Amino acid sequence: MLMTNFTRLLDPWDECESMRQPFFGQTEPSNAEFPAFNVWVSGDDAIVTSELPGIDRGAIEISVVGKTLTVRGSRRSEELAEGESFPHKERWFGQFNKTFELPFDIDADGIRAQLAGGILEISLPRAEAEKPRKIEIKSE
Amino acid sequence: MAEVAKEMQKKEVETKEGIERTRARKVYTPAVDIIEKKGEIVVVADMPGVDEKSLDVTLEKNVLTLYGKVEPAIPEGHRLIVSEYGIGDYQRVFAISDEIDRDRIRATVKSGVLRLMLPKAESAKTRKISVTVE
Repeated sequence: MLMTNFTRLLDPWDECESMRQPFFGQTEPSNAEFPAFNVWVSGDDAIVTSELPGIDRGAIEISVVGKTLTVRGSRRSEELAEGESFPHKERWFGQFNKTFELPFDIDADGIRAQLAGGILEISLPRAEAEKPRKIEIKSE
Repeated sequence: MAEVAKEMQKKEVETKEGIERTRARKVYTPAVDIIEKKGEIVVVADMPGVDEKSLDVTLEKNVLTLYGKVEPAIPEGHRLIVSEYGIGDYQRVFAISDEIDRDRIRATVKSGVLRLMLPKAESAKTRKISVTVE
């Protein structure tokens, strides 16, 4: 009944698009898949980014042990008052726990993280002892 | 398997056959929740990387378009070793019926989440008709 009501008011054009992808919107979002991360590395550091829209800083926990980075957090579903309904629900919610093995040890004191516009960026400097060293060749 | 999961996470907007985009960037469909309230409909869309300056909400006739521009921030001199999501713009189009009061549509963006408030026109709200005894 509510669905009919909604369709009358606001009709997503891409409704057929979601029908081609039957998993979208029909099953509860899986916590294991969300959120997505990208990891960049250079000789000096690693940069880890993730799209975490609508999450407060306080709901994200970052920890590093040696080469292993763990990011934990959660996002809540929109809350409904009485008489309100979700004619359409796609956004993921729940807890997540993601672990990455980086190619080098991290200098834990130098880690910086920022969250802006729903994008988390963690910069992880490579531990000094791990950095590639340039060996000077002395002349005799 | 991981590829499939990625596709499900961030869907690219599909263009109709014969239409090509002029900009060389990817456009994704943001995940959307729609909440039906008594006096309004609220559309909540995940658009990370979009702020009030890079978001366009346009209403033309009965077509409401959300378009969020995202400037790709690729760290210089780095190589990507894990890639679970692509970076690009966001677009989603809705058709709006006459029951929405067009003049009072409002939009806010916070932490990469767009909230669009679509108030129902007075005439569309459920009216209670009292029955009197003759």
